[in-house]
Amino acid sequence: MLSVASSLKSIPRPARAKLGRLSARSFATVTDPPVRRYGGLKDQDRIFTNVFCKHDHGLKGAQSRGDWHKTKDILLKGDSWIIQTMKDSGLRGRGGAGFPSGLKWSFMNKPGWEKDPRPRYLVVNADEGEPGTCKDREIMRGDPHKLIEGCLVAGRGMNATAAYIYIRGEFYQEASHVQQAINEAYAAGLLGKDACGSGYAFDVYLHRGAGAYICGEETALIESLEGKQGKPRLKPPFPADVGLFGCPTTVANVETVAVAPTICRRGGSWFASFGRERNQGTKLFCISGHVNNPCVVEEEMSIPLKELVEKHCGGIRGGWDNLLGIIPGGCSVPVLPIDKCAEVLMDYDSLKDAQSGLGTGAVIVMDKSTDIIKAIARFSAFYKHESCGQCTPCREGTTWMMNMMNRMVEGRGHVREIDMLLELTKQVEGRTICALGDAAAWPIQGLMRHFRPLVEERIEQFRAANGPVLFGGRLKSQVDESLAIPDNLGANLKEVAAPPS
Amino acid sequence: MFAARLPRRLPIRTWSARQIATTSARRSDALFVHRDNAYNNPKIPFEFTPENMKRAEDIISRYPPQYKKAAIIPLLDLGQRQNKGWTSISVMNHVAKLVEVPPMRVYEVATFYTMFNREPIGEHFVQVCTTTPCMLQGSEGVLDTVCKQLGGIKPGQTTKDGKFTVVEVECQGACSNAPMMVIGDDFYEDLSVDTTKKIIEAFQRGEKPKPGPQSGRLTSENSAGLTTLTSKPYGPGEFCLPEFQ
Repeated sequence: MLSVASSLKSIPRPARAKLGRLSARSFATVTDPPVRRYGGLKDQDRIFTNVFCKHDHGLKGAQSRGDWHKTKDILLKGDSWIIQTMKDSGLRGRGGAGFPSGLKWSFMNKPGWEKDPRPRYLVVNADEGEPGTCKDREIMRGDPHKLIEGCLVAGRGMNATAAYIYIRGEFYQEASHVQQAINEAYAAGLLGKDACGSGYAFDVYLHRGAGAYICGEETALIESLEGKQGKPRLKPPFPADVGLFGCPTTVANVETVAVAPTICRRGGSWFASFGRERNQGTKLFCISGHVNNPCVVEEEMSIPLKELVEKHCGGIRGGWDNLLGIIPGGCSVPVLPIDKCAEVLMDYDSLKDAQSGLGTGAVIVMDKSTDIIKAIARFSAFYKHESCGQCTPCREGTTWMMNMMNRMVEGRGHVREIDMLLELTKQVEGRTICALGDAAAWPIQGLMRHFRPLVEERIEQFRAANGPVLFGGRLKSQVDESLAIPDNLGANLKEVAAPPS
Repeated sequence: MFAARLPRRLPIRTWSARQIATTSARRSDALFVHRDNAYNNPKIPFEFTPENMKRAEDIISRYPPQYKKAAIIPLLDLGQRQNKGWTSISVMNHVAKLVEVPPMRVYEVATFYTMFNREPIGEHFVQVCTTTPCMLQGSEGVLDTVCKQLGGIKPGQTTKDGKFTVVEVECQGACSNAPMMVIGDDFYEDLSVDTTKKIIEAFQRGEKPKPGPQSGRLTSENSAGLTTLTSKPYGPGEFCLPEFQ
C-alpha cells in the first residue's frame, strides 16, 4: 500500500484525481480540503436578533432574547478570561480599521496597572457618520441592552470604571432608547456599585455629540467628550495611556462592544467558526444605493459581495450586468468595478487585496445610470465640509480636491490635471494627524484607477464643445487677449492622448 | 466648512473686467465671528428654566467634578432647545458660567459643531441629506420639492412666516433608508417626491406626520419580505456554552 501511495505521488496531481482507484487510498495520501463557501448564516447564529425593531427593545424584551443572561458569571470569570475569549474569537474592530479587539483591550491591563490610581474608561464610539453606514443605529434602537451589557463585559475585561457612549447628536430616537436601557439596567441592579451582583462597580453614561463626522476618530472623540472642538490628537501617547480626562481609555465601536457578551456566552470558537482565517465572525452589513431592496443585514464574514447583494437585497436594479461599481465599505474606501465585485469576499483581507477595504461594511451600489464622477465629487464635498481644519494638507487639500472634482464632473479641465489631482491626493495621504486626509484621497484614487477613461472622455467632450481649457478651468476663449497671460497655464498645450494603460 | 450648502457648480467668471486692487469677498453662509445685533447680543437675558436646570445638573454630574466642561456640548444643546432652536451668545455665556470656563471656550465649541445654529431658525427645521447614498436615490429631487413647496426659498433660508428653515446636510446615518430628511428631531426616510410633498403639506397644516420610512416598511428590513430573522428569536441560554445555559 505504501508503495502504491508513493508511486501515486510521482504522478502530477490533476492526473491523480482522474485515477479511478483513489477510493482505496488510505494513510499517507493527500486530499484536497473541501472548498468552503461562506454566507448563509442561520438565524440561530445571528447575534442581533432585533435589528428591525420588531420586538420590544426594553429590558423585558431583551432578557427574553437572552441578554443579561448569567452576566454575573461572565464578570466573575475575570478580566484575563474575557480577553482570552475575545482573542480566541478572532474579533476585529468593526469601526473600520479592523484592529484585533482582544489585543486592543489587553493594552489596558499592562503589568502594574493596579497601582495606577487613575480611573479607567471605556468609550463607545457611536458617532456613526460614515456615508453609507447605518448599522450602529439599528443596534442602538433595536438592541440597546446588548450594547449596555457589552459595555459592562468589555469594561470588566479592561478593568474600566466607567463607560461613556458617545452617540452622534442627530440620533435622537436612538439616544433615547439607549438612555432608557441605561436607566432600566440601573433600576434592575445590573449596573452601578454592584453590577449584576458581582461586586464589580461600573457606570455607563450617555453623551450626545453635536454633528461632526471627525468626532468618529478616536482621539477627536475623546477631545469632543472633554467638551472641546473635535480635533484629533497626536499619538503617542495612545489613549490606553493618556486618554479621556488624562486617564487610560479604550475607544471601541458599538458593534464590537455589543457582540462581546454573546461571544463570551457562546464561546470564542463559535464566533471563530464563521468567516475565513483572520476575518472571523459575523457582521452587520448595510447596503444602500441602486439595489432593489436596500437593507441592513447580519451575515457571515467573507460572504461573497455578489451573493450578499443578490440574496439579501434582491439584486442590482436591472440585473447584475447593469452594475457600474460598488463601494464596499463606506465612503472612505475606493470603488470597485464590476469584474472585481463579482469575485471579492466581504472581509478585511480579500477587499484589501482588491485595493479597497471593508471599512464599516457599508455597501454603496451604483448602477450604470450613475454619474460616478459626480458621486465621488460629492464625497469630496463631504470631506471638505467635515475636515476639522487642524492639519494644513487636509484642510487645504480637501478644498482643492473638491474644486478639481467639481470641474471633472463637467469635464472642464486638462487630461494632465487628472495626474495633478492624483499627485495632490498623494500629498494629502499620510501627512495628517488622523485618517481623514487618507479617507478623502482614496475615493478619488479609486475612481481614477478604475474609471479614468470615463473622466478623460468627459474632458474630451467638454473641450470639443468649448475649446481649449486652461489649468484651473478657465476657457481659452474667455481670456482677455490684451492681458499678458503666462504661457504655462496650458492654453497652448497640445492635448496629450491618454497614456496606454 | 459650510461650502457644501453653496451651489455646487463652480462659478467661473471672466477675469477681464477685474479691477486692480480689488479681491472678491470670500463667501460663506455662516459667519464665524459674532456681531452684536438687535436679536443676538449679550444683554438679552438667558437662563435655564428650573426643569432644565435640573437636567443640566444631571448632565454635569455624569462627568468628573474637575471636568465640568465636558458638559458644554450637552448643555449647549439643552440651551438651544430652550431658546427656540438656536444658540445665541447669551446661551453660550450662560453655559460658560455654569461649567466655570471662560466664555471663549464655549464659543469655540459652538462654532465647530454643525448642530448649533447661531442664527434664529424657523419653527420646523428641515434638514435634507444630500450625501452620495441619498444622492443616488434622488435626494436632489427631494430638496427641490421641499424648497418649491415652501415658496421657492433656497437651502439655508427661512420662510417669510418663520415656520420653516431648510438646510442641506451631510450624511445622517440612515443610508439604507435613503433618501431622507430630518424635521426637528425626527427622521423621515424612504422619501419620494410625492411623500416629501405630503409631509411638508402636513407640517404646513400644523399636523405632525408619522416619522420613519414612508414606503410602508418598519425600519431597514428588506421591503420585499424578510431574508433574515424570520424565525422566533432564541431565548436565554440557548446555544450557549454549558456553563452559561
